Amino acid sequence: MKSLGTQGLILNEKLLFEHSDAGRKGYSLPRLDVPPARLPAALVREEVSGFPELSEVDVVRHFTRLSTWNYGVDSGFYPLGSCTMKYNPKVNEVAARTPGMAAAHPSTPDHLSQGALALMHDLQEALAEISGFPAVTLQPAAGAHGELAGMLMIRAWHEAQGNSRKKVLIPDTAHGTNPATAALCGYEVVPIASDGVLSAAAVAAAMGGEVAALMITNPNTLGLFEAQIREICQIIHDGGGLVYCDGANLNALMGIARPGDMGIDVMHFNLHKTFSTPHGGGGPGSGPVGVTAVLAPFLPVPVVVEEQGTYRLEVDRPLSIGRMKAFGGHFGIMVRAWAYIRSMGGEGLKRASEMAVLNANYIRARLEGTYHLPYTARSLHEVVFSDRDLGGNCHTLDLAKRLIDYGYHPPTIYFPLVVKGAIMIEPTETESKEVIDEFCDAMLSIAAEAGENPDLLHQAPKKTRVGRMDETGAARKPRLKWEK
Amino acid sequence: MRYIPHTAEDVRQMLETVGVTSVDDLFAEIPSSLRLRRSLALGEPLAESELLKKIRRLAAQNATADTHASFLGGGAYNHFIPAVIDQLISRSEFYTAYTPYQPEISQGTLQAIYEYQTLICQLTGMDAANASMYDGASGCAEAVLMAVRATGRRRILLSSALHPEYLATVRTYCRYLDLDLIEVPCDAGGGTDGAALLRLLDDRTAALVSGYPNFFGVIEDLSAQAAAVHAVGGRLVTVVQEPIALGLLKSPGELGADIVVGEGQSFGIPLSYGGPYLGFFAVRQGDIRSMPGRLVGQTCDREGRRGFVLTLATREQHIRREKATSNICSNQGLCALMATIYLALLGKAGIREVAGHNLAKAEYAKGKIAALPGFSLPLSGTTFNEFVVEADEGAAVVLERLEKEGILGGIPLQRYFAGMDKRFLVCVTEQNSREEIDALVSALAGGKQ
Ligand SMILES: Cc1ncc(COP(=O)(O)O)c(C=O)c1O
Repeated sequence: MKSLGTQGLILNEKLLFEHSDAGRKGYSLPRLDVPPARLPAALVREEVSGFPELSEVDVVRHFTRLSTWNYGVDSGFYPLGSCTMKYNPKVNEVAARTPGMAAAHPSTPDHLSQGALALMHDLQEALAEISGFPAVTLQPAAGAHGELAGMLMIRAWHEAQGNSRKKVLIPDTAHGTNPATAALCGYEVVPIASDGVLSAAAVAAAMGGEVAALMITNPNTLGLFEAQIREICQIIHDGGGLVYCDGANLNALMGIARPGDMGIDVMHFNLHKTFSTPHGGGGPGSGPVGVTAVLAPFLPVPVVVEEQGTYRLEVDRPLSIGRMKAFGGHFGIMVRAWAYIRSMGGEGLKRASEMAVLNANYIRARLEGTYHLPYTARSLHEVVFSDRDLGGNCHTLDLAKRLIDYGYHPPTIYFPLVVKGAIMIEPTETESKEVIDEFCDAMLSIAAEAGENPDLLHQAPKKTRVGRMDETGAARKPRLKWEK
Repeated sequence: MRYIPHTAEDVRQMLETVGVTSVDDLFAEIPSSLRLRRSLALGEPLAESELLKKIRRLAAQNATADTHASFLGGGAYNHFIPAVIDQLISRSEFYTAYTPYQPEISQGTLQAIYEYQTLICQLTGMDAANASMYDGASGCAEAVLMAVRATGRRRILLSSALHPEYLATVRTYCRYLDLDLIEVPCDAGGGTDGAALLRLLDDRTAALVSGYPNFFGVIEDLSAQAAAVHAVGGRLVTVVQEPIALGLLKSPGELGADIVVGEGQSFGIPLSYGGPYLGFFAVRQGDIRSMPGRLVGQTCDREGRRGFVLTLATREQHIRREKATSNICSNQGLCALMATIYLALLGKAGIREVAGHNLAKAEYAKGKIAALPGFSLPLSGTTFNEFVVEADEGAAVVLERLEKEGILGGIPLQRYFAGMDKRFLVCVTEQNSREEIDALVSALAGGKQ
């Protein structure tokens, strides 16, 4: 068995608060060069009770040690389906930290922010070119936030026509954020069964005068291209609705096909997926939205506009849905995505999609026959297996935990919900054949173990700092903060 | 193509295993009428050196606190960022990880979030905090939605002294939810008008949302507001846009707030032209299951070793879908880590000292400006580190004059409030030296001579 980096020195570390010792400090302030001031005593608290007291070295060692308990893309292969965990180029980090970018205050007058605005405008144009949508907003803070902006625009458009439709069609393969978003816009969600890919007939049967929109993911969360997308859009449009595309899987299509050319009306981008910005263990992300010209007046404010080489933030747009958050959006993430797009160029982005799809299909070819493939249509950038053929009463969770012992981050598990025991593998383009071969070897060897020695899977992981956690206990009696 | 490792030989072998003859064959499912028949017009790839040159050239066109003396606040604050923070968050085990779905290999992220949740509870005086929202404004909107869920009521009172962009965000989130959003006017002090509040409160009220300090830098009377809102069975939502103030101020929890949200950018996160920032969100014990966002809880493994997991996920979008408490999925994990490191470095004494410096510098500037002919401080309320200035000659003229002297003097309030063309919002932090403040004052006076 190959073991990639999970054995060896495991550091122990207490909680921040358990290190604390009265009188230590880890900061310095300049001498106060103005007279001290006081607030009225009634407003003032005694102290921030419970706050730790630590020296700088305590803090550095604490977080350095914690970091060793984490697995990141730089640690190794991270085939988390739908999350597109590709390598995060280091130059992007340098670009985002350039002082003129990192230290710019969002309320600086436009004429003193021309560099930032030019970059945002350039990114807007690049995303428009990649997706085929004429107008793009950069404001939303993440994919789900972009969905909200997009669905609000759809609703605003309907209302502007004097039309208050109440239903949104969502295929059963949809990401969980899609129905939650539709509900936030006051819509009733109508699920449609999809049989892997959505058929135009199923959409036609569900379409009606109450339907405001269809939310579809393309390529979908099974990694399949929605081949009838053009017909589907036509049916929705003919019925007076609009089509939202969850663009989280755009990594399969760059330079190959453009959602804007397929009849889709609105789509969000996940900059932290497709455009290589790091996810930071939970975020930040960034979720720009592209729309057709018809929907452009409804974009959230502010919008970056250019006039004769000068850029400004436009806020006065009467049909706008308003603001999604304070200020212009996750600018630091935009800088990283911009750097990535400029590093790759048009041909590079196309190559990225091609290699991402090749990698996924290569994994599929190597594992098919050992692992059960519930949908056999051609895969794009991710492939979904199930645990049906795993022996020894082993399930997807056991496989995932055993992969950790082999040194890999597990794939996405139990999603999409339409596949029982789903195992969703997305390698991305930044992994070499060598890495993928080793991963496939591990997958095959675990399948063999499941039949011969299933305890290896049930007991896994064995080589991590902690073993399987009592998640039920955590939810039953929540302990959400430290107390002495 | 420096980020793609495939050689021509790799591609050949892989295609052979897949059983197709060309890469193009892999895309056969995409109807040819939908295929892009040209190259993307995005130009040639840039070498790393070219890219950096370009970004530096763009960066040079932006004014910052390095190129100007800056007194800009209004929801984004220029505080000192200790070197430790960037060094630690640059450890790729932190920044190149995804959401911690697999706890056995994500304990670093999970424990740090648990520590973050604890620090936010200590600072706000609340019982539970989530693992972060997108920013203060969207967190404020989520707090409004939560108050509606928790009370089953539909009337929301919003202080008009809230950050105007927060108010606008709340309006966007509530656009189609059939809620009654009502603004409560300000009094002469610059706080929420108590008498108007009493008139507007009734038993349909889900919540009052007010700032602490508010957009004008004024410290609101939270305990009076809490008493008034609780008397009708509603919730007090407190929005902290400058949380450094909590180093000195009584905690909102102590004063009766039910939901405390705010912007955490002040805690070691770069200004970065508006984002990414950090929305914090804290509630009382009884509301844990109706709060939005991710939570980390303590538990143990089969051997009894302490560990941490994402918990109470039944509130989240991936389980109950359209019944979810919100659609948030990605949050601000790395920004929450930055805030955790910042607060750990400052600790009990530091947070108080930094707050004290902010207050002292702002009070010094206030005193000097109030003494200038042609300038006044129109609001009488107690402030923390920012305050409103009124200039007889008009804010735009004054700010333009300051700009010529290399000073970003404040935010013109006309941007948000019609009729406030003489007022601007000035922010002074521990980063502004006395010399810089004196230069601001003499530049303001300069126009008079
Ligand atoms: C298909 C799909 N849609 C939407 C989202 C939501 O994106 P975010 O997590 O950035 O809000 C994700 C990511 O989790 C996704 O994979």
